[in-house]
This record gives sequence, structure tokens and C-alpha cells, in this order.
Amino acid sequence: MSVDKATVARIARLARINVPEDRQEQLVGELNGILDWIAELDEVDTGAVEPLASVTGHGLPRRSDEVTDGNRVDEVLANVPETAGGFFVVPKVVE
Amino acid sequence: MSNLVEGRTGEWEVVIGLEVHAQVSTSAKLFSGAPTAFGADPNANVSLVDAAMPGMLPVINQECVRQAIRTGLGLNAEINLFSVFDRKNYFYADLPQGYQISQYKQPIVGEGTLRLDMPDGTTRDIGIERLHLEQDAGKSMHDQHPSKSYIDLNRTGVALMEIVSKPDMRSAAEAAAYVKKLRSILRYLGTCDGNMEEGSLRADVNVSVRRPGDEFGTRTETKNLNSMRFIQQAIDYEVARQIEIIEDGGEIDQETRLFDTGTGTTRAMRSKEDAHDYRYFPDPDLLPLVIDQSEVDELSAGLPELPDAIRDRLTSEYGLSAYDAAVITEERETAAFYEAASAGRDRKLVANWMTVELFGALNKSGESLGACKVSPEALGGLVGLIEDGTISGKIAKDVFADMFETGKDAATIVEEKGLKQVSDSGAIEAMIDEVIAANGDKVEEYRGGKDKLFGFFVGQVMKASKGQANPGMVNQLLRAKLDG
Repeated sequence: MSVDKATVARIARLARINVPEDRQEQLVGELNGILDWIAELDEVDTGAVEPLASVTGHGLPRRSDEVTDGNRVDEVLANVPETAGGFFVVPKVVE
Repeated sequence: MSNLVEGRTGEWEVVIGLEVHAQVSTSAKLFSGAPTAFGADPNANVSLVDAAMPGMLPVINQECVRQAIRTGLGLNAEINLFSVFDRKNYFYADLPQGYQISQYKQPIVGEGTLRLDMPDGTTRDIGIERLHLEQDAGKSMHDQHPSKSYIDLNRTGVALMEIVSKPDMRSAAEAAAYVKKLRSILRYLGTCDGNMEEGSLRADVNVSVRRPGDEFGTRTETKNLNSMRFIQQAIDYEVARQIEIIEDGGEIDQETRLFDTGTGTTRAMRSKEDAHDYRYFPDPDLLPLVIDQSEVDELSAGLPELPDAIRDRLTSEYGLSAYDAAVITEERETAAFYEAASAGRDRKLVANWMTVELFGALNKSGESLGACKVSPEALGGLVGLIEDGTISGKIAKDVFADMFETGKDAATIVEEKGLKQVSDSGAIEAMIDEVIAANGDKVEEYRGGKDKLFGFFVGQVMKASKGQANPGMVNQLLRAKLDG
């Protein structure tokens, strides 16, 4: 598996990371180096092995259905560049 | 009944599948302790987990798990004892994590079925593909400012069940019947309040058309419909649009569309090139969800009787029509009201009084059954008075109107107003004699062959009795006197 420049540009857009055109070729090389390294795992035959979502063997701990949080608007909005009446204010995003 | 749609070039079959998002009824959110209550101040129901502050970790609310299992059981579905939470990645201002925690390849509930009750009394089974748990997103408001959007994260992280049907529906009416039935089951189970206006239940509709017997056509998905009417409108519009494109020699694009509630039309979303690249992967913050079969068994034992079972009982044991049974069982409260009202009474007569008089009066006044002054026992009491001949059905309607108004029971009203039916043959005969004496000419005409006048005499006698004479006895005695 390897990536080309178009794929790098696409991943960057999906992740909303600004990668200028002149940096993309360099990233193609770096990402392909990582992918080649991971590809060493292909030497192991995993055809009959179920995908693994966790290595601990524990189940998911649960909490009870109680309201223990909320009413902290000031903290929630503490790092927000622009607010109005308790709302986050962002550039217009509408379909 | 054929569901085929006639085009310019022949008949088309419509294929519909639905994805319903149902808000899970709980106090707190899926992965945080913030409240789920509707209508709070902006961002008041937000924890630092919901706001996706760095270092915050999700911990699952066990009631969400149990509600999903109950719902799966109510849909006769397979419960998966091992399921996995994944991250569904996309960017939007009302999704602060940058991903939605959802379930992708291994959902908590697998295949099931839902029975549709069609208006003609027949039933039809619709397949359920799966049910999974996921987080809701926040709410964006675009009309507050010319160049800005306002974001409220109160809904962010509230638990949703996404319930996916198989593409088994063939008309907008079937799709609406499906949502109605699903809503009814969720409300019986108490796992979702089904409030479509508040957004607790929303549907995405997948629609395609094909020639009867062909392979499935290419489908479109119209998102986020929050009323039965919008669901039907969106389907009707998509069907007409797709048939026209194909008949003009074009092809359908597989795409996500938005519904315009003002015009009843759909349009393609603009930003579609990245729309389906969600790059799902298992959420490293959450271990797999492992459920013990004993927990499933315990929840199963605690389920209420569901509408299908009650409906079957009402038709087979009580002899109700499929229509009355469907109307009575749609809401759990209504079914319970009926059971209490009809216990020990004529079951069909009570059903009739409930669906015609009581529902009619409630419709007119805009009240809910819960707020209604007529108790189940009082309605049963009224039917009891009809059954034992104390009052006629006609008088009973007046008594009912009084009950609805005042909340008094039927026997009290009959007593106070002296409405007791006259079944004393001597008293009725006396009234008949008066009517005959006062209408000598009409009696001659009747005896001369004008049979239709019989109704006139019945009317006069009933009038003389202020509607209280037993109509059966009036008919019988009157006929004896006139013909004798």
C-alpha cells in the first residue's frame, strides 16, 4: 500500500490541515516510509484471525444513569473566540 | 392492492428503506453525566466530555445499553452480546470531537422484524437490518446573523438508536405505517418518547425505483425528516423525480439529498465529494461492549405486552375488528384504558364507544386521554347501562356528552336528569294510545296501505316519551296496535 500526492492532499483536506502544494511531495515520501514499515506485518498470515478491538479482555465499564454534570457554560465557552448569548459563534456553515 | 406507479413508459416499482434515529429515553447522556432534558438554556447541558476538551474520556451510561437491548427485543431482533464502538470522522461545527462515536461493523442489535398494520386490515412484515447506539450532534442555528452560525451543544452526546430497515417498503404509505408502528413500539417499551416535533424521532429515507421484477435501481438518501407528512412528501417527490430522469434517458446519482419543508421538494447536498469518507475505526477510548445473556433474559422478562400481542388478543378473544384493534393499541395508555373500561362489559360495544364517541370528543376538545374527565370505569359504567336496558343508545350519547363535560358517572347523570329508559309496557301503551287518538287521519292512511307512516308514529311516541321509551318495545307495541 502506498499513497500519491493526490491522496495526501485529500487526507489533508478531510482532516482540515493546511498542507501547501510544495510540502505535499515530501509528505508522500514520509507517509510511504511509514506504510512500508507497517507492511512488514503482511508477512504474518492473519486470514483466519478476527479483528481485535481491545487487548485487555475486559468488558466496557458502565456508569449509572444519573445527571452528574452540566451547568458550566462559562467553562465550556472559556476558550471560544466568539460567543453570543451562551452560543458558540462560528463562520456561517450552511447547506 | 398494487403499489406500482404509472410512468410515461410503463409501470415502476418503488423501493424504500428507512434509517430512523430515535433518542434514547434516559436522564443523562450516552458517555457523559450531562442531562438530556429538552429546552435548556444554550450550552447548559454540556459537560467537558461533550465539549471534547482534551483528556476527557467517555464512560458509557448503562441505561442506554439496557434501552437498546429492550428495543431490540421489542423488534424480535437478535441481541449481539459483543459489540464495538467506532469513530465516524467528519468535520462540522456542531461536532466538537471531529468524530461521532457510533457502531459500524458490530452493532448491539442485529436482524429483526416489524409488523405493519395496513389500513385494509392486512399485515405485512418489514425486515429490520440492525440497531446501533451512537451520539447525537449539536444544533446549528443559521438565521441569527448574516455571516455567522450559532452553535448549541446541548444535544451533543445524547444517546440515539439508529434503527435501519431492510429495503422492504413499496410505497410512501407503507413507509409512514412503518414509522408509526416503530414509534408505537418504542413508546410501549419506554425507550424513546417518540416526540417528532422535539426531534426525538427523525428519519432518513432511501428511495429508488425499478421496473417490476428488475434488480434494485440506484438510490438516493433524503436526510432528517421529522414528521410523517414530510416523510411521505419526500418519498413522493423523489419517486416522481427519479422516474422522470430515467424515462428521459438519464441516470440517478447515488447521493444525499435535503428536504425543503417549504416547497415539499428535495435537492442534492452541495458538498458531496467527501460525504461518505468517514474513515471508521474502533474507538481506542472504549473497550468492546460485552453483555451477559442473563441481562438480556432479565430485560426480556420485564418487557410490557406489546401492541401486536394486544391487537391479536383483541381480535381473536374479544372479536374486535382489525381497525378498532389497531386504533386502540397504537398507544399504551389507550390500550390500558380500553382494558379497564371493557372488563366485564360488552367488549365490542366499549370499543365502539371509545373509538367513536370518546375519541371524537377528545379530537374536538384537543384534550389528551390522560387529561380526560371520563375514567375507564365511568365509560364501562355507561356501556353497562346500555347493556342492561336502563338507557337507550341514543340517550347514552347525551349522557356521555354530560360525562365528558362534568366528569360525573353515567348512573348519577341518569338519576339526576331522570333519563331512565321507559320499559314499562303499560306506560308505553298509554303514550301510543294518545298518539293514535291525536292522529286519526294518519292512522286511516296507514291502514289504507301507506306503510311508510310507521316511522312517523315511532317518532311521535319517542317524542312523547322525551326519547326515553325503549325503542324495541315501542316498535313491537305500536305495530300490534296499528295492525291489530
